[in-house]
Amino acid sequence: MLYRENGQFKTTYRSDQQVFPIAQDRIAIWLLVAFAAIGVPLLADEYLFRAIFIPFLILSLAALGLNILVGYCGQISLGTGAFMAVGAYAAYNFMVRIDGMPLLAALLLGGVCATVVGVLFGIPSLRIKGLYLAVATLAAQFFVDWAFLRIKWFTNYSASGSVSVANLSIFGIPINTPHAKYLFCLAFLVVFAMAAKNLVRSHIGREWMAIRDMDVAAAVIGIRPVYAKLSAFAVSSFIVGVAGALWGFVHLGSWEPAAFSIDRSFQLLFMIIIGGLGSIMGSFFGAAFIVVLPIFLNQVLPALGHLVGVTIDTAMIAHAELMIFGALIVFFLIVEPHGLARLWSIGKEKMRLWPFPH
Amino acid sequence: MGSFLETLLGGLMTGMLYSLVALGFVLIYKASGVFNFAQGAMVLSAALAMARFSEWIPEWLGFDNKVLANVLAFCLAMVMMVMAAWLIERLVLSKLVNQEGITLLMATLGIAYFMDGSGQTLFGSDIYKIDVGLPKDPIFLFENVFQGGILVNKEDLYAAAIAAALVALLSLFFQKTATGRALRAVADDHQAAQSIGIPLNRIWVIVWSVAGFVALVAGVIWGSKLGVQFSLSLVALKALPVVILGGLTSVPGAIIGGLIIGVGEKLSEVYIGSQIGGGIEIWFGYVLVLFVLLVRPQGLFGEKIIDRV
Repeated sequence: MLYRENGQFKTTYRSDQQVFPIAQDRIAIWLLVAFAAIGVPLLADEYLFRAIFIPFLILSLAALGLNILVGYCGQISLGTGAFMAVGAYAAYNFMVRIDGMPLLAALLLGGVCATVVGVLFGIPSLRIKGLYLAVATLAAQFFVDWAFLRIKWFTNYSASGSVSVANLSIFGIPINTPHAKYLFCLAFLVVFAMAAKNLVRSHIGREWMAIRDMDVAAAVIGIRPVYAKLSAFAVSSFIVGVAGALWGFVHLGSWEPAAFSIDRSFQLLFMIIIGGLGSIMGSFFGAAFIVVLPIFLNQVLPALGHLVGVTIDTAMIAHAELMIFGALIVFFLIVEPHGLARLWSIGKEKMRLWPFPH
Repeated sequence: MGSFLETLLGGLMTGMLYSLVALGFVLIYKASGVFNFAQGAMVLSAALAMARFSEWIPEWLGFDNKVLANVLAFCLAMVMMVMAAWLIERLVLSKLVNQEGITLLMATLGIAYFMDGSGQTLFGSDIYKIDVGLPKDPIFLFENVFQGGILVNKEDLYAAAIAAALVALLSLFFQKTATGRALRAVADDHQAAQSIGIPLNRIWVIVWSVAGFVALVAGVIWGSKLGVQFSLSLVALKALPVVILGGLTSVPGAIIGGLIIGVGEKLSEVYIGSQIGGGIEIWFGYVLVLFVLLVRPQGLFGEKIIDRV
C-alpha cells in the first residue's frame, strides 16, 4: 500500500537514470544508512560489534568485490583469500616501513597492491575460462599463502610469523573502540558500495556483463575482452584487497596467513552464491547470512539436542555447520540460482502490485 | 646421481598416487561434464568408512580375522559410496540437468562440504588407521651401482602398482564393455545418447559409483600412508593441477599429468626449494599448470575447446 510509485513522474533523464528510481526506495536506503550510522552504535553492545557487525561489514565489502568478478564478469575465482592477504600484508608493510603513513593511505595502497597481483593472476583469463580458470586462480591462493608464510621480508622478520598493528587513528581520531571500528568500516562500505553500484550500471559494467553472458559474441560486437576482463580483475581485487586490509587491521589486529586461507575464498564464494550472483544487494544478504548462521547454529543446536536428550558437542556443531552450508548451497542452486537478492526483488514486485497478483 | 634418482623415483610414486585421485575427476568429467569438486570429500568419507568399519565389524560379529574384517569393511564402504552416488544423482544432478558448468561446479562444492560434515559426524573426526597389510619397510635398489643404493619405500611401490592396475582396469572397462561405450556416448552428447536409448540417470549413478570406487581405493592407500583424518580431503587439492595439466577429458592425461607433477614437485623442492625457503610443493603444481595453460588452454591431452556463438 505504501510501496507505490503512482504520481512519481520522471521529467528529466537524470531522474530517470538514478540508482533508486522509486522515492520509497530512496527514503528507505537513507533511513537504513542513518540507522546503521546512528541507531546501531546506540543499541548494540560490544559482543555484537565484535562477533557480527564488524565481520559482516568487512566481509560484505569483500563479497562485493568478488561479485564484480564472478557475478558481473563471469570469471570464476577461487583465490579471493589471496587477494585479501595481499591487501592486508601490503598495507601492513606500508604502515611499518614508512614513518607517518596515514592509515587511510596505507589501506588504499594495500588495495592497489592487490590490484596489481589480481591483474597478474587475471592474465590467464584471456586464454582460459571456466573450470580451467578456477584452477588457475587457485595458483594465486597457494602461492600467496606460501609467500607470506615463508618469505620473511613480508612479515617484517617477526619471529612468530604473525604480524600486528596497533594505535590506529585517522585524522587524529583514534580507532580503538568497537564503535569507532564499526563506523570506520561502515564508511568504507558505503563509499565502495555506491561506487560499485554506479560502476556496474555504467558502460564498463555493461561490458562485463556482455563478456559474462557470451564472451565470443561480446568480442564480435566490439568489446575488447582483454580490457573488460582485466578491468574486472583490477576493480574486484582492489575492493577485495581493501577489505583484506580492513580485516587484518580493524577486525583481527594481529594475523597470520591462515586468516586468508582457501577456506576464506570458498566462504566468500558461498556468500555471493547464496546472496545472488550479479547483484550488489546480494553481497550484503550473503555476507549477513554466512556471518550469522554459525552463531545461530551455535546457539540453537545444543538447545535442540537438549530437547531430544542428546548432548551436542562443539565438534558436532562444526560438522553440522559444514553439512548445512553444503546443503544450502545445493538448495539455492536448484531452487533459486539467483539467490536471496532475487527473492528480495520478487518481494518488492509483489508489494508494488498488491493486492493484485499481476 | 643416486640422490637425484631417489628423488625422481619418489616423485614418480607420489605422482602415481595423485593420478589415482585425479582419475576420479576425469571419470566424472568425461561422463557428465561435471567438474567434481567433491572428489576429495569422497576420498575422505570412503577412507573414514573403511577405517571405522574394519574396527567395528569384528566387534559386531565377534570374530578376530584382520583380512576378513578388511574385506568386509571394503565391501561395506563400497556399498556406502554407491548409495552416495545414487543420492547425489537423485537429489542434485537430476535437478541441475542442462545447467552451466559453473553452476554444477558450485553444486559439487556444496556436496563436498556436506560429505565432509556428514562423514565426520557418522564416523568421528579423530585420526584413524587403516591397516591393509601394506609392508612399511624400505628397500634399497641398485646397491651395487651407486654408493648406498636408492632408498625406495615398499609401501609406495605397492601403491603405485595398485594405481597402475586400476588404470588398466578402468581403460578396459571404458573401451571394451557395453556400459563403458554407453558412458563414452553420454560424454560425447547427452541428447544423442538419450535418443538411442541410453538411460542417462542410470549412467550417472554408475559413473559416480565408479568414481566412488576410485575414491575408496585412493582413500585406502592414502589413508594407510598418512592416517585417516580431515586433511585427507585436501589430497583433492593436490590432484586438481594434475587433472588440469593432463586435460580434463583424458584418462592417460591424468596419469602422465600426475607423474609430471609428482616428479616436478619433488625435484623442485630439493633443488629450488632449498634456496627460496622451502615448502614450494604446495604451489609448484599450480604454477606449472598456469604456464602450461597459457600455451595449451585445454591441458596437455585434452580435447581442443571450440567456441561457438
